[in-house]
Amino acid sequence: MSLYAIRTERLSRDFTAVRALDELSIEVATGSVFGFLGPNGAGKTTTIRLLLGLLEPTRGRAEVLGLDTQTQADSVRMQCGALLEHNGLYERLSAEDNLQFYSKVWRLPSPDRQVRIKELLTHLDLWERRKEPVVNWSRGMKQKLAMARALLHRPALLFLDEPTAGLDPAAAAKLRDDLADLVEQEGVTVFLNTHNLAEAERLCHQIGIIRQGKLLADGAPSELRAQAGNPQLIITGKGFTPQVIQQLLDRVEVLSADLQDHHLTIQLADGVETAALVSMLVGSGAQVEEVIKTHSSLEDVFLGLVNEDKDISEDVR
Amino acid sequence: MITDILTMMWKEARELFAQRTGLRGGWIGLLVLIAVFGVLMPLQSGAEWLSAPTTILLWAWVPFILVNSVVADSFAGERERHTLETLLASRLSDRAILFGKIGAAIVYGWGITLIGLLVALVTINIAHGEGELLLFPLQIGVTIVSLSFLIAWLAAGLGILVSLRAASVRQAQQTLSLAFLFLFIPLFLLPLLPDSLRDEVSRLVSGLDFQVLGIAFIASLLTVDLVLLAAAMKLFNRARLILSQP
Repeated sequence: MSLYAIRTERLSRDFTAVRALDELSIEVATGSVFGFLGPNGAGKTTTIRLLLGLLEPTRGRAEVLGLDTQTQADSVRMQCGALLEHNGLYERLSAEDNLQFYSKVWRLPSPDRQVRIKELLTHLDLWERRKEPVVNWSRGMKQKLAMARALLHRPALLFLDEPTAGLDPAAAAKLRDDLADLVEQEGVTVFLNTHNLAEAERLCHQIGIIRQGKLLADGAPSELRAQAGNPQLIITGKGFTPQVIQQLLDRVEVLSADLQDHHLTIQLADGVETAALVSMLVGSGAQVEEVIKTHSSLEDVFLGLVNEDKDISEDVR
Repeated sequence: MITDILTMMWKEARELFAQRTGLRGGWIGLLVLIAVFGVLMPLQSGAEWLSAPTTILLWAWVPFILVNSVVADSFAGERERHTLETLLASRLSDRAILFGKIGAAIVYGWGITLIGLLVALVTINIAHGEGELLLFPLQIGVTIVSLSFLIAWLAAGLGILVSLRAASVRQAQQTLSLAFLFLFIPLFLLPLLPDSLRDEVSRLVSGLDFQVLGIAFIASLLTVDLVLLAAAMKLFNRARLILSQP
């Protein structure tokens, strides 16, 4: 098995005057969850289409499961499952017929077909309603059925475009758990397009942030958070004299300290024990009422990168 | 490949039948068609209906009407209902998808035509059989069966070509209606011709050998069908289909 399920080299796609994807180079490890974050129109869906061999790149190349997406597109699609932007369900048909059709498409052996359909529909609480036309179902139920269809043939690589859109919080959490289990137990690789930063943070081993077709950052969530800034302490209290603040600044682990009213904000180096600092403050006569330690969230990282890139683009213009 | 085409045809058939649930969903139209062509007309014409050359012309148009009523939906419908991209992202080859859709339309149009023919045969035998089994003369029977197949193929090929490019089912239906009218233009124009020219045409037609004419017509139809199929294969392009999605 290849070390990387997906590898792209300067993958680009132009649509007449618009560059939808601009030299995307990523490597997604086999058996991991890759989260692709970006605002609407950033190039996430185009990337999935290119990786599935549905579109041809203008420049660059991509390999999926060790196969070239241009010359071996049929073989790529053979091993992938996809839940795309739209759920793609035949709404006039029943849930069972939808899955029957795709199980025939994926050539599941006849005896296994029924077993697999029952297994998936039961797991997603849809078995009792399998004979109903999908058209009358709620959006969340349709989304679950589309997920079942994507998993039907046990693909090695799963492309998911906003899979939890329309799901209630409990169903979304269950889907996230299912995905985590799939990755852990069956070694499936997941390529996840999402706007849901909390979901990405919880589920993804690797995250790519894209804007206007350009990859702005790529790495593990912890790496991205670290790139965005160091942890900080916000201490509320009294007695933060200039001498006390100077004592703080003399310590190597303290990068900066700023006093506003009764709130002292201290920027820390990474991996610092905060208990010693608090003890020092108390020992110096400060009266500490509350201590809050914060890290940059993925949302901070995302917004920071996207806005920074926007500013640069506007400056260049 | 054959299995994949059959799978595609299975899905198309399921959708077609799901769409036609209840009498108001379209079955009534089919029943009227079969009643007119399979019961009313044979009853009026009597036993001669089986051997009259006009029977061939009548039955040739039945599959055209039937296929035309469903084929617009083939690609334009999938595009409109956002099911096309998921289908294209599956392991099915271009040809399996295309041939499956064309095949389903042909089987629908031709299959119902054959049912209508059987109903007509039963009607004639009940009404005019007088204890004797009445059948189509071999030449007429074979011509009807083969011609209706080729006409169904023609309508399917034409419909798929239009549906591949149409933005919506409605647009595809409108274009196909225009094509349908275009095919009837010679019939509309004939009465408008000057008498002398009309006489000349009648003289030419009456002097023709109908057997040779029939064979030539079937051969030309087969050629047109193959050209339409080749054009549809050329036009079927996953990237273009994906990018033309609403």
